[in-house]
Amino acid sequence: MITKQELSTLAHNGLWKQNPGVVQLLGLCPLLAISNNVVNALSLGLATVFVMAASSLAVSGVRNFVPHEIRIPVFILIIAALVTIIDLAMNAFAHPLYLVLGIFIPLITTNCIVLARADAYASKNHPLLSAFDGALMGIGLTLVLVVLGGLREVAGQGTLLSGIDLALGPAAKDWVITVLPDYKGFLLAILPPGAFIGLGLLIAGRNWLDARAQRHAQRAAKTAASAQPA
Amino acid sequence: MNAILQNALRTSTILFLFALVGTALLAYTYRQTHPVIEKSAQEEKLALINQVLPKGLYDNDLLAAWRELPPSPLLGTRRPSGMWLATRDGRPAGVVLEAVAPEGYSGDIHLLIGIDATGVLTGVRVTQHKETPGLGDYIQLAKSDWILQFTGKSYDPDRDSRWKVKKDGGEFDSRAGATITPRAIVKAVREALKYFQLHRETLLQPIEASKP
Repeated sequence: MITKQELSTLAHNGLWKQNPGVVQLLGLCPLLAISNNVVNALSLGLATVFVMAASSLAVSGVRNFVPHEIRIPVFILIIAALVTIIDLAMNAFAHPLYLVLGIFIPLITTNCIVLARADAYASKNHPLLSAFDGALMGIGLTLVLVVLGGLREVAGQGTLLSGIDLALGPAAKDWVITVLPDYKGFLLAILPPGAFIGLGLLIAGRNWLDARAQRHAQRAAKTAASAQPA
Repeated sequence: MNAILQNALRTSTILFLFALVGTALLAYTYRQTHPVIEKSAQEEKLALINQVLPKGLYDNDLLAAWRELPPSPLLGTRRPSGMWLATRDGRPAGVVLEAVAPEGYSGDIHLLIGIDATGVLTGVRVTQHKETPGLGDYIQLAKSDWILQFTGKSYDPDRDSRWKVKKDGGEFDSRAGATITPRAIVKAVREALKYFQLHRETLLQPIEASKP
């Protein structure tokens, strides 16, 4: 019932074509707030993947019982309840993980990408496909977050992976990579304007890559056409 | 008309049922997780308190020996704050005070200050702040050892000038480019020590072990 074709379309949409971070531009609030270093960005990203997969699964599971007119309040209810349950359960039963990801979970409740996927995809499709779509959208957002976090961290303080010891314990302290030794720091990159500028550069970069691919495809099509005998 | 009414009734019933199920699920989860969460929150609080007050100094149940303090300009508090009284063999050994440094670069810096019965600092920690990441956040122990220099210090009114950052002629280190933050904390800790000296007798009075 679930074809490979469908899954790869979903993956392509989540990771590139409809990437929530640089194409749909949804969920920017946590994206801009948390992407000041790689470790924070990755933590928020992983929490988003988890919440999106779970909420898409739940929304899709009840999709046949929800009248069209009240779908948005019902979805908000489901997502808010689910995220709260995940938050509480994680705090109680996976406390070490909660200490790392916990502060990010409530941030995700306010993230419109979760509701957007619930409405645009999960409310019309099979639960497993919806969960897959949610997870891939989350991974797409995670990739943008990590790249943006990396850019801002290197530009802002000249390191990568700073704060990893807070996530993985003191043993990981040596993992911090100093990219630019004796770097004086560039505060703008760490503050919110850095997030906007960095995201703008990423969007421009993605659009450029897309435009280039299109040009190549067109040229290839033209040469193929002209090579044909008249 | 009847059809509209029927439709409205149907959708509102469904919405109500969803709300009911959601509330029930949340209530159930809350009941199941609350004791575990409460316990780890208490442990975290105790762990933080133990950072500012060495474990060997006291032998009472510190979390039970809690008292509310009225707002005070010396503590920087605009709302009632808390204190914990440490005792050893039934005699007061020290206190842990909640204080606020209101003059941070971006708003209040919340502090936990441990003071022994003679007025010597046993430790200071920042519990909450909004200082600039990567610049003013070296006041956190996770980022640097800066906050440890308070341990062992005390306040003597005759030598008030020591309680400043080095840049202002005092004896506390600060980092170039971020002196507002340490200045605020040095001042807040100094004021808290003054508060302790003024109210020492009241603060060290025994607490009925009733409050959680």
